[in-house]
Amino acid sequence: MLSINNLHARVAEAEILKGLTLDLPAGEVHAIMGPNGAGKSTLSYVLTGRQGYEVTEGTATLDGEDLLALEPDERAARGLFLSFQYPLEIPGVPAMTFIRTAMNAQRKARGELEVSAPEFLKRAREVAGQLKIDFDMLKRPLNVGFSGGEKKRMEIFQMAMLSPRLLILDETDSGLDIDALKIVADGVNALRSSDRAMLVITHYQRLLDYIRPDKVHVLAAGRIAASGGPELAHELEREGYDKYARAA
Amino acid sequence: MTLAAALRERDVALLPSRRDEDWRWTDLRALIRELPAPSPAVAAPAQPGPFGAIGEAEILVVNGRVLGEEGLLRLAAGETRTVRLRFVSATAATAHGASLSITLAAGARLTLLESYEGLAAGYLADANLAVTLAEDAVLERIILAQDDEDAVSVSTATVDLAPRARLAQTTLTTGAKRQRLETRVTHPGRDAAVRMDGAYRVAGRGHADLTSAVNHAGTDGTTDQLIKGVVDDQARAVFQGRITVSPGADRTDARMGHHAIVLSDRAEVDAKPELLIFADDVACAHGNTVGALDEDALFYARQRGMPQDVARAMLTEAFIGEVIDRIEHEAVREHLRSWAQDGRIA
Repeated sequence: MLSINNLHARVAEAEILKGLTLDLPAGEVHAIMGPNGAGKSTLSYVLTGRQGYEVTEGTATLDGEDLLALEPDERAARGLFLSFQYPLEIPGVPAMTFIRTAMNAQRKARGELEVSAPEFLKRAREVAGQLKIDFDMLKRPLNVGFSGGEKKRMEIFQMAMLSPRLLILDETDSGLDIDALKIVADGVNALRSSDRAMLVITHYQRLLDYIRPDKVHVLAAGRIAASGGPELAHELEREGYDKYARAA
Repeated sequence: MTLAAALRERDVALLPSRRDEDWRWTDLRALIRELPAPSPAVAAPAQPGPFGAIGEAEILVVNGRVLGEEGLLRLAAGETRTVRLRFVSATAATAHGASLSITLAAGARLTLLESYEGLAAGYLADANLAVTLAEDAVLERIILAQDDEDAVSVSTATVDLAPRARLAQTTLTTGAKRQRLETRVTHPGRDAAVRMDGAYRVAGRGHADLTSAVNHAGTDGTTDQLIKGVVDDQARAVFQGRITVSPGADRTDARMGHHAIVLSDRAEVDAKPELLIFADDVACAHGNTVGALDEDALFYARQRGMPQDVARAMLTEAFIGEVIDRIEHEAVREHLRSWAQDGRIA
């Protein structure tokens, strides 16, 4: 589904990604682990098309289509979703309005009909219930005054509502206590399916106890330094990233 | 130097110019070389104003002439009314001025829906309002300016408040070639209260000037001001807000906020917030920000699937919406909701 080949990218003048290659087939969950500054967040921003992240070499395709040639909203309409490490506060826009606007924009881009208000509301109630989100919270301006955990839960809520095909979770566990982590992980696991793929970016192994990856990659100094099964995450937890940082 | 005097004397030398500090950003003298011919008397326009049928009465001022009234709106003690006041400019490239008095007796409540409607191009219009509120009277004044983009338009209101009277004002404008909407309030303190809000959405080569002066003369008065605006293209917005707390006007509570978003490199916002405090024991605060749309929020919205224009519109609407939210008259507030989107009334 997602195919990244020899990707080089820089932010301002600094080269952060230095030849990253990764293949993520449909139906699989891959974890990307790495020390701070390895380029984990840069990878998520390059894939989603954030301004200021310049690709200098290499390719990234989604189902064979050149992802890097598309606008951020076009990538979203093709099913790419990023759960932000630091979700933004949007004053004056109720969460429901924000998500419905996004959903309808995506549908329009795909040539589909807009979602009706009752249909949207029904779905929102269902998903909010699953994620133990107070429905009244959805009427408040998105993320304004929300706690760290509430913001992360709201990311997963948006994810479930928008039903993307390629999901990137950037440090979704940071700022979550153990109960919130379980709820978030349940929400993510509920989205696992044979036609979806997930890239779980994390610094710690903890999240991977709840979201079991098919593969684990170590990102160090801008490229994949090692790949393996779930056991690799445990090894990293025990031994740290030192040997990869040194090798790079 | 006022536009009214220049029109009366037919003398461009009497137009306000940059030599007057209060007019330095809205120089009419440099703009107008020759006064257009006086506007003719014309019939009332057939179409309804931007407030539609909200309210139970309408005062129509067309080309500077008050139709069917003597230029005086008077509410008796305890009376409650909602009135549309429409200033219509109907003839291109002509000039006119109007003046009107509004008097609220003790305890009267007026919702004034004031519109400036440009139905022709390139006119020069002046409007003057003299407003007096007796004790416990309440005026909610909602001003919607829809001048023609080639027009020059000035509106000046002076408001005299008695103790415990309340003025709640919201001005919404999309500007003109040159436009100034000015309000001057004499505030007696003594539990009188003023809310002096406004929003501008100016694009193209438009110009909008929101100027206000509130003079606190007595103790225990409040003034609360929130002005927000968005400028695009080569537009220019001016905000001049002055709150004066006179000697002895202790326990005055005055708050002023002006926040602008600039969407284009060639657009401009000139702001002059002033709190002049000559009394002790006062609570005064002001904030002024001018900046671009939040790029991080914009990317966040786009990552969720909104194209650039949809995301921009949503964020600017939310920004302006805060001013609309403070309108007290519910039907009017909902009616004006769409203005926050694009400066038009749906």
